[in-house]
Amino acid sequence: MTVRKNQAALTPEEKRAFTAALLELKRNGSYDRFVTTHNGFIMGDTDSGDRVGHRSPSFLPWHRRFLLEFEAALQKVDPAVSLPYWDWTTDRTARSSLWAADFLGGTGRARDGQVLEGPFSYAAGKWNINVRVDGRAYLRRALGTGVAELPTKAEVDAVLSMPVYDMAPWNSASNGFRNHLEGWRGANLHNRVHVWVGGQMATGVSPNDPVFWMHHAFVDKLWAEWQARNPKSTYLPAAGTPNVVDLGDTMRPWNDVTPADMLDHRKFYTFDTEPPAASQR
Amino acid sequence: MNKITRRQALGTTAGALTVLGLTAAATSASAASASAATTPSAAGTVDEVYQGRRIQITPGGGGHHGGHHSPGLPTVRIDGRELHVMRNADGSWISVVNHYETYPDPASLARAAVRELQGATLAPFAPMGGAA
Ligand SMILES: [Cu+2]
Ligand SMILES: [Cu+2]
Repeated sequence: MTVRKNQAALTPEEKRAFTAALLELKRNGSYDRFVTTHNGFIMGDTDSGDRVGHRSPSFLPWHRRFLLEFEAALQKVDPAVSLPYWDWTTDRTARSSLWAADFLGGTGRARDGQVLEGPFSYAAGKWNINVRVDGRAYLRRALGTGVAELPTKAEVDAVLSMPVYDMAPWNSASNGFRNHLEGWRGANLHNRVHVWVGGQMATGVSPNDPVFWMHHAFVDKLWAEWQARNPKSTYLPAAGTPNVVDLGDTMRPWNDVTPADMLDHRKFYTFDTEPPAASQR
Repeated sequence: MNKITRRQALGTTAGALTVLGLTAAATSASAASASAATTPSAAGTVDEVYQGRRIQITPGGGGHHGGHHSPGLPTVRIDGRELHVMRNADGSWISVVNHYETYPDPASLARAAVRELQGATLAPFAPMGGAA
């Protein structure tokens, strides 16, 4: 069974294995297909039309399924690898070991935002940005520039205590847990982290930065923590909602998986620290 | 009231806007953003130079816009290349280069894109899924 670990607790060997698997997916072309898929949904999901991957209730199950597919691709390269998560309430500065040269590399230089260190720097020659929205083929970041502070534990706790999963109009204007976690409303959690990292992470082609997966693995963990804290709450809406994926509807692009299939992460993986209430169930 | 007075003092012709934009390019991004914040003239149309880049905004109604969005979205161009934009339910705006941060109107969205691009050219507008 796959165990997803906090990135801060990885051993040097685990970091090497994870980055090596990423580089291999990049080399064999699989990686960029994930970037293309994500950007397609980013551009296609709208508040007033069909919405599946973002700004809708299925934001959480869609990304859970997307990460499962990506993790399976990594494990085809190296079965020992799992997706680490980045707890940005704890590792909240550019000095975190996450951004060291032996892992993801650090922020970009001021002149052009280019990341100069680590396995994903353009100079290292193994991480071309191919699926892109502008002419730049190098990984860029501007840690802490677009917004100064990452979300705090207190801000996360306030969102985890919201008992209703999602509410009409089921989009970026909604009240409830999902939209506060996604960040279109309130203190802004998930969206703000994309902006804090900057570079490609702030764009529709955000999976070009490997930190995308660790950010979303943590957002996914927060969904599990919300479930543990609110055991009587479940995914909404239940049925019959135009343009929106109801509990039993299938999700594009897979068309064979529903939010209901994604509710229990323990069918697929566990976390190094499971939410307390969940482990008692 | 104050805004109108200031705009009248600066002048609202395209020439004045262009000069303003070019001057602003030499200053910091936020200062430039503030000084270039002119209200577009006819029904949302913008044609200005900001930090050395030409921003053109044509109000919705015309144009194809990828075919997957509701009509009525403006067409936003930077140096002639279309920028993919989207309107949020609350009336704010995002673009494909600033996708997780909202802006109050297409002009401030386009200027944010210019700052983000740091001189780079937009990739050809790719409808859903891209070319791959
Ligand atoms: Cu996404
Ligand atoms: Cu995201």
